[in-house]
This record gives sequence, C-alpha cells and structure tokens, in this order.
Amino acid sequence: MRPLLACIALVGCVAPAFGADYVVTQSGKAFSVAAVKAKVGDTISFRNEDPFVHNIFSLSDAQSFDLGTFAKGESRQVKLDKPGKIEVECAVHPEMRLVVEVAK
Amino acid sequence: MFDTGASTSTPWQRPAVAPAPADNHFTVARAELGRALFFDPRLSAKGSMSCASCHNPALGWSDGLPTAVGHNMKVLARSTPTIVNAAFNPLQMWDGRKGSLEEQALGPFGADEQNLPLEELERRVQSIAGYGPLFAEAYPGEPITRTTIAKAIASFERTVLSDGAPFDQWIAGDRDALSPAARRGFDLFVGKANCTACHQGFNFTDNGFHNIGVRDSGAPDPGRFAFKKVASMQGAFKTPTLRDIALTAPYMHNGCYETLEEVVEHYARGGEVKEHLSPNVRPLDLSAQEKSDLVEFMRSLTSAPRVVSVPALPR
Repeated sequence: MRPLLACIALVGCVAPAFGADYVVTQSGKAFSVAAVKAKVGDTISFRNEDPFVHNIFSLSDAQSFDLGTFAKGESRQVKLDKPGKIEVECAVHPEMRLVVEVAK
Repeated sequence: MFDTGASTSTPWQRPAVAPAPADNHFTVARAELGRALFFDPRLSAKGSMSCASCHNPALGWSDGLPTAVGHNMKVLARSTPTIVNAAFNPLQMWDGRKGSLEEQALGPFGADEQNLPLEELERRVQSIAGYGPLFAEAYPGEPITRTTIAKAIASFERTVLSDGAPFDQWIAGDRDALSPAARRGFDLFVGKANCTACHQGFNFTDNGFHNIGVRDSGAPDPGRFAFKKVASMQGAFKTPTLRDIALTAPYMHNGCYETLEEVVEHYARGGEVKEHLSPNVRPLDLSAQEKSDLVEFMRSLTSAPRVVSVPALPR
C-alpha cells in the first residue's frame, strides 16, 4: 500500500462497531492508490484534490453505491458492508479505477 | 501569463505518434488500405455511403450538419464527431460505448449509416479483387474479415491528426503566432472561464463525460447514462476535442449551436438545462470582449491547411 493512503484506525472508540477509515484522494484524474484491502465495517473516504468534480461510484455485485459529484476539497465516504471485490470508478473520468478487496 | 516554449508547454503539445494497440501496430500499408476502405462507398447497403460521407475531410472530418444523415437519408440523433485526433481517445462515440478505434470502425457499417450487415461487408470486400493484394501486404497471412477491415480503418484514422495550428506554434515558443486577443482568450480559457475543467491538455479534452446543460429538441438524450447507470451521467456526453473546432460547426452532441459565439454564450449563462448539470458548468461573468477573446483563442486551434488525398479505389 502506497504512503498516500492514510489509514486512520478508530479501534478503541466508544462505538465498538467502528472500523478503519481509509482516505483515498483524487488528484490528476487518478486515485492515490490502485487497490485497497479492507474489512467489513471499514470506511473509505474519497477526497477530491482536483480543480474539477469527480463522481465516485461502484456497480459491483458485492456492493454498489453512487457518491454523486463533488468538488475540490470535498470528501464523500462509503461504508463497506459486505465482503467481496468492489470495482470503484469515477463516472466523469472512466480511466480512474480502484479495486477494493473487502474481507469478513 | 502562460510562458510559451517552457517546460509547462509540454501538456499542450501533441505526441508525435498516435498510440496503437499491440495487435495492430502502425504500418503505412495498413493505413493506406484503411484509407481505401474509409473512402469506399461500395461498402454500404446501396453502394452510396462511405465513412467519409459523414467524416468528410473537406468539412473538418465531420459533415457540417446538426446531426448525421445516414442510410436512406435518415436523420440521426447526434452530430458527427470529427475524427481528428480520435486516435488519442480512450473511448469513442459521444456516449463512449466503443472502447477503441477498431471497435468503433465497425459500428456504422451495421447500423443506420452504411446499413450493411458485417457478413455482407466481408463478402463485398472479399469480392473486390483489388483489395486482395492490399490486405496481403497489410496483414500477411490473415484473412479478409471484419477484424482486419476494422484494423485497417483504425490505422488510417491514426494518421488524421491536428498539426501546425497557430496555437501549436505559439506553445513551441513563437510569441507572435497568436494575436493578443487569442492570448487573452487562452488566459481566460485556463482561468476565469474554467474551460480546462473539461477541455484539458493537447487534445483539449479530459476524455470524460459531463452534462453541460444542452437542450435537446425532443425527448432528452440519455447520453452516457445508457451505459453507466449513475445519475450524473444523465444527459452526459464525452468532452470533444477542440482541435480544428472552427472547422466543425455546428456544435454540441445535437448540433444545436451554429457558431462558437453561441457556444461561449451557452457557457456564460451556465448552461440551458439545469437538471443533472455538471457542477463544472456555472454562470460566468464574462464581458463582450472576453467572450470574443475566447472565440479567437479557439480559432487558433485550427490546423494548418493540408491536402488530403482520396485514393483510386481497388477494382
């Protein structure tokens, strides 16, 4: 995992169900990492650092979501609620791809 | 102010060679075969329509019409995109439904344009004796099939590239190549007018999809949404190149604007239809001078005049 991926461990918080939050940035029409390995209950925060909008989504069988369009400096978060492989894309920029492997 | 000829110029300079897939590396023989196929009207249902009927080099490799006219004069839903620099597009078509030039090349044959089933396309090409040696040279040992037909057409399209525009000369360091108005227009383009939110780099496209608030005359065109069921893709279309844009009116996916001035007015008012509108599009407080400067800049993207040869077709 490359250093741009920040993992903020929340273990020890009051709410025991909390997992880790992985921060994936979008810069230069690219995700900061190509792959993330996470667990059910973890979250991924997508932060846009480009001067134009992104629209992160997945239509994977394991989990589908649409975080909508968001501008520079904004973030959107998704909670990983099922195990499996999630292919994440940007609807605006189809060349942006990220694979999330979610373990139980 | 942008510094021409500096290292910052690089993103605005076209690569010398268009990329080609590993299974269809570029050769002159392939491109010349593709040129013949591209201009051959016999490869259509009535023997009257070639790729060049819509992608006419005399009209900026488009057709000058609001929307394309296909087989039996059927008026189609979308405008004909230029093929200039299409070789650099990761996805083809307004909605991006084709993943390569090779894949795209076959689309119009079996559809409303040439209206020729691909089996019949293969038979017709095979029946023209003069094509045999050209295929043998271009694709030795391979049969004449839709695959090699598509590869040849794609190879030809990889030769249709922008070149020698005043902007290119200016970006290479010739400070007199652009008028003061065009230089001001470029500053607006990359700054206040926010055009580079989508029209980025040497090909002036982010290869992305955006709803820019264009009004369709009939039912709204779903655009990219037909293939990507994401709300923001409703009415979203691929960002077209702005290379040779002065040669390819009318503009937008449905050809609703006849002039670049109308296009600039569209963006200045923040689009026409607000539903699903990209946040990149918002009202711009542009003066008449600034609008005029933007148009002048876009005109500077016109390639130097060139002669395009139409081949004598194989018999």
